[in-house]
Amino acid sequence: MALRIRMPKTKMARREAMEGYLFILPWILGFLIFRLGPMLYSLFLSFTDYAARGAPQFIGLENYTYMFTKDPRFLDSLRSTLAFVVGYLPLNLALGLAIALLMNQRVRGITGFRAIYYLPAVTSGVAVAILWQFVFHKQWGILNAILSVFGAQPIGWLVDPKWVMVAFVIMSIWGVGGSMIIYLAGLQSIPTELYESASIDGANGVRKFWHITLPMLTPTIFFVLITGLIAAFQIFESAYIMTGGGPNYATYFFGLNIYFTAFQSLRFAYASTLAWMLFAIIAALTIFVFTTSRRWVFYAGAREDA
Amino acid sequence: MPREDVMATETQLYTPSTAAARRTSGLRLSRRRVIHTSLTYALLLFGSVLLMVPFFWMLSTSLKTLAEVQTWPIVWIPSNAVWENYPAVFQKTPFARYIMNSLVIAIGGIIGTLIGSSLAGFGFARLRFPGRNVLFFLNLTTLMLPAWVVIVPHFMMFSAVGWLDTYLPFIVPAFFGNAFYIFLFRQWFMGVPGELEDAARIDGCSTFRIFAQIFMPLAKPVIATVAIFAFFYYWNDLLYPLVYLQSQMKFPVSLGLRMFQTANAGVVDMPKMMAASMMALLPCVVIFFFAQRLFVQGVVMTGVEK
Repeated sequence: MALRIRMPKTKMARREAMEGYLFILPWILGFLIFRLGPMLYSLFLSFTDYAARGAPQFIGLENYTYMFTKDPRFLDSLRSTLAFVVGYLPLNLALGLAIALLMNQRVRGITGFRAIYYLPAVTSGVAVAILWQFVFHKQWGILNAILSVFGAQPIGWLVDPKWVMVAFVIMSIWGVGGSMIIYLAGLQSIPTELYESASIDGANGVRKFWHITLPMLTPTIFFVLITGLIAAFQIFESAYIMTGGGPNYATYFFGLNIYFTAFQSLRFAYASTLAWMLFAIIAALTIFVFTTSRRWVFYAGAREDA
Repeated sequence: MPREDVMATETQLYTPSTAAARRTSGLRLSRRRVIHTSLTYALLLFGSVLLMVPFFWMLSTSLKTLAEVQTWPIVWIPSNAVWENYPAVFQKTPFARYIMNSLVIAIGGIIGTLIGSSLAGFGFARLRFPGRNVLFFLNLTTLMLPAWVVIVPHFMMFSAVGWLDTYLPFIVPAFFGNAFYIFLFRQWFMGVPGELEDAARIDGCSTFRIFAQIFMPLAKPVIATVAIFAFFYYWNDLLYPLVYLQSQMKFPVSLGLRMFQTANAGVVDMPKMMAASMMALLPCVVIFFFAQRLFVQGVVMTGVEK
């Protein structure tokens, strides 16, 4: 990107510009040292054979051809990550919206409900993963205990390859309050006049939802979709704690694959290749969503195309 | 609603029959409303119970004996609460030490984050300099960059300067600002009226004094929001401690819990594991309930203003 810097003409404006650069200087340095530099370096590493010792030797596209043609773990992590994203993301979008709509009605005690629904979304980390590991326990876990009331046989949630992805989606959906709270904020920013004038025109609740709520909410849906997409592809902690990638690599998500490749096998170069692959997938999907957004995201106040 | 009543009384003066009809239809409407509201409550309550079950399970398990954990049908509420499980955690692991370590990382990280992010946020919001928009856009794009792409170079970098197994890799980068928090500060500073700044300038205040003595005191809600978000991040983070730390006495709570988990594979010491997890979650839950408003505010600022 060519940055054409035209310095301002007056002395005062020049002074302001210098001060501006001074204020963002830490960020610029941080961007170069901790973002751009490492990013380019890992791209470079992905074309080498570097394995934590000696000097990196350039080996061209070897890592990439190995990844695409020979590495079974790459396919495992691709399959499991996509399965998780496909299972989790739409459910999170829809359920978050449904709960937000429910909560957006003028009901008493709303702050209490909001806190209860939001709490699981802000608690994360090892403690929560350990907790869920025990919730999913085949013999002594509470989930199977509840299901047994309905006559279900105990399920090996984290040891059965058929069920383990369902378990991860359930656990992640527990944090649906995160998207709910964003939707709620979006809902509350819709001007009430829109609903009032629709009522005067005789629109019922369903029509109001499809013709006012949903279009006005598309920027929020867009935001939840993009952030959810980026986060879901990077799932790591819960799998690292609960399954370690198993059973039989069914939850060997991209993050786990990169972590194990880099810090257990010390194959730094190949880990960088995998990381760039993940980055490429996330970037491609994000850009794809952005380009389609022109068709379905409605910005109030923006000029309508004729 | 009151307006409808007025209309009803007005009509009553002229045509009593229609007024009666109106009144009954109003009554029917309110009955429908009652059903509607109770349904909303029922759904919200049902969801709340579902979401709270894991927390309940955690608390209940943490107060059980080993025998009570391994029984079928499961014990919902332990007959005798074994509070000793909690102090036992401190005997079995250096848990107090873990907590101290987590606090050191979190406090250092928060201070750095606040300084770096507010400076850049102010620069981007209030000072005009060439390339400002491009640079800010660049800042936002880094939000999309997965940590996985830079983790290997970061490790190599910190290893080269001898920072492994210290807290420097957690704290030092924080001072260079964080893309998301820079965004939050910028949004807030942009909303501050220009008159304040102008008046201070006429009085001969330097830009840094305007930032430190006028803008920062006005930004208390953002400071609090960022501090809390950052606390949650550092407190819960597992990946970086896993990569950067080696000696157990330097582990934060997240990594300490992981150690505890691998040392007690299976259900062997579930009650104590749950007790430890409860204690790891407690600070987050307490902060959440006291600062719920700030959380919601932070979300509103990001989600809606897109």
